[in-house]
Amino acid sequence: MSAVTLDHITKTYDKGKVLAVDDVSLQVAEGELFGLIGPDGAGKTSIFRILTTLLLADKGSAAVQGYDCVKDYREIRSRIGYMPGRFSLYQDLTVKENLDFFATLFGSTIESNYDLIKDIYDQIKPFNDRRAGKLSGGMKQKLALCCALIHKPEVLFLDEPTTGVDVVSRKEFWDMLKKLKTQGITIVVSTPYMDEAMLCERIALIQNGKIMSVDTPEKIIAAYPVKLYAIKADNIYRLLTDLRSMPEVDTSFAFGEYIHLTLKNERADTTALQQAIEQRGHTHVTIKVIQPGIEDSFIRFMNQDSK
Amino acid sequence: MKQFLVFIRKEFFHVFRDRRTLLIMFGLPVAQIVLFGFALTSEVKDITLTVIDQSGDVNTQQLIRKIKSSSYFIVNETSVDYNEIEDAFKKGTAKSALIFPPNFGNDLQHGGKAQLQLLTDGSDPNTAKTVINYITAITTAYQQQISPGPRLPYTIVTESRMLYNEEGNGSLNFIPGVMALVLMIVCTALTSVSVVREKELGTMEILLVSPFKPLLVLIAKAIPYLILSLANFILILVLAVFVLDVGIKGSIVLLFLESMLFIITCLSLGLMISNTTNSQQTALLLSMMGMMIPTMIFTGFMFPLENMPKPFQIISNVIPSRWYFLIVKSVMLKGLGFSYIWKETLVLLGMTTVALTIALKNFKTRLS
Repeated sequence: MSAVTLDHITKTYDKGKVLAVDDVSLQVAEGELFGLIGPDGAGKTSIFRILTTLLLADKGSAAVQGYDCVKDYREIRSRIGYMPGRFSLYQDLTVKENLDFFATLFGSTIESNYDLIKDIYDQIKPFNDRRAGKLSGGMKQKLALCCALIHKPEVLFLDEPTTGVDVVSRKEFWDMLKKLKTQGITIVVSTPYMDEAMLCERIALIQNGKIMSVDTPEKIIAAYPVKLYAIKADNIYRLLTDLRSMPEVDTSFAFGEYIHLTLKNERADTTALQQAIEQRGHTHVTIKVIQPGIEDSFIRFMNQDSK
Repeated sequence: MKQFLVFIRKEFFHVFRDRRTLLIMFGLPVAQIVLFGFALTSEVKDITLTVIDQSGDVNTQQLIRKIKSSSYFIVNETSVDYNEIEDAFKKGTAKSALIFPPNFGNDLQHGGKAQLQLLTDGSDPNTAKTVINYITAITTAYQQQISPGPRLPYTIVTESRMLYNEEGNGSLNFIPGVMALVLMIVCTALTSVSVVREKELGTMEILLVSPFKPLLVLIAKAIPYLILSLANFILILVLAVFVLDVGIKGSIVLLFLESMLFIITCLSLGLMISNTTNSQQTALLLSMMGMMIPTMIFTGFMFPLENMPKPFQIISNVIPSRWYFLIVKSVMLKGLGFSYIWKETLVLLGMTTVALTIALKNFKTRLS
């Protein structure tokens, strides 16, 4: 049985004017660490809210642990943990009070599931008596995760848990998620950061409310159909505009200090390309073939969609 | 049940950690009582009365002494010329003036009839009327005192009594009004804001995604404010009794129960507002504008309802504080029992049922 099922879910806002989720079907297996990857406004939060029974879909059906999100919402609510995208704990209560409150609210106690949150809680325990509003961003997220976990949920929904959190805390956070996974909790997490996609077991790439691809990150990358080049020169901006005017170039995107490039002709020669570029007055041109990343796949899917 | 208690404890934390809430909660009633009790009094006392005595005889002196000895006037006997008195009124240095013409005593003694002139500032009609009444009363008393010999064959003497308030304590009228006003603001505004705050901060999302029943959220939200409002009610009573000398004539238990009913009415209104708004500002504005101003105007403690045009009188019927005001007046000031206020109680009960039903019906178990 799948832990989470979405079956042709469509959701619109403003009486159908804004399409947020467009005919999405998904399945998340039990015990899986599943990622919803997409930019802001892709529809991730809407999907989360439908699954956490906070929103009703216009069309389609959704289920969590076999319970229907509309009919059996009460069942679902006692089985899931949810961490909304915005920090949603009581800012004027202390760390301990927040944790106590949410534990009791879900009919549990801090002690009974202490082992589950111990690793995370240990890090914020020194601030037990500090008000939640006065915590740093990373610590807030850890506290929120503790509060979402305190009743030992079967499925954990984390909506952009690392947005606005520093790099070190982000890494710690993902380490914690991996540990939680070993406890048998199904985790559905959303993120706009492509690098975090690699840390999930399976991911869904989502854009404009549509799922573009669902698979393991490795398979999605392996399915990249063409060779990918990275090009660098002294004037990177002029290089980009020049490349876009060249007939043999298919796509080109600035990517850090490099430009990621695909060519229309698969067998094209890089030396010929290099010469063509140098003829246009570019200096220090380097071209190399690289392994695509999730972001490259994402951009490729995005372009296919818009074509 | 344990969840419920923890929830209520959490609400108390919110209240006690927010200085603004505390200030509204307990600062407001104290400020209102002090303001209405001492500053905004409509009683007229210590009016400056300019006296121009052009006669200066025994009679005028006696009359002036009588006026001085009453607590209403501060007599100003500076020798202002009669022709300057109009200027003094224009400048505002005189608000009322009493002018004895020359030969006042002579006319009185020999002619049997004398005239005096009383000028008042009609731009403040309330004070002006009071001054006229006071001076007339004092001169009438003096006239009777000096009238020699047999009384007139027919005299009518008005013996007046102010029932329920013999000393004319002005605080009596506004205490019930302030109680209605403060409870209304505290209950309605604070409850509606406290629910909406959860929506605004996003904590409502988590509360909804918990096994805790959504309806219990509403009830758990209301209970702390019920308790705090009752504490508030007691605070107002204590202030009224010990600071403003307003006695409680009727049954305290009855007053307490009726106040509790009114508080529940207000809480229901607050919950009703909170279910239909999504931001604290809107909630506050709605409960302040929608509740406070009608309460001030249509309760009857500031402006008598009987004098209002018919449509306004009809509108006043839907204002809960109007009925509570009548109840408090009857129980606290007149010492009446339940048999005199059952109608008002029934109206409040009805309003509570309607508001609570709307609030519960509209409570969403999901977002939007």
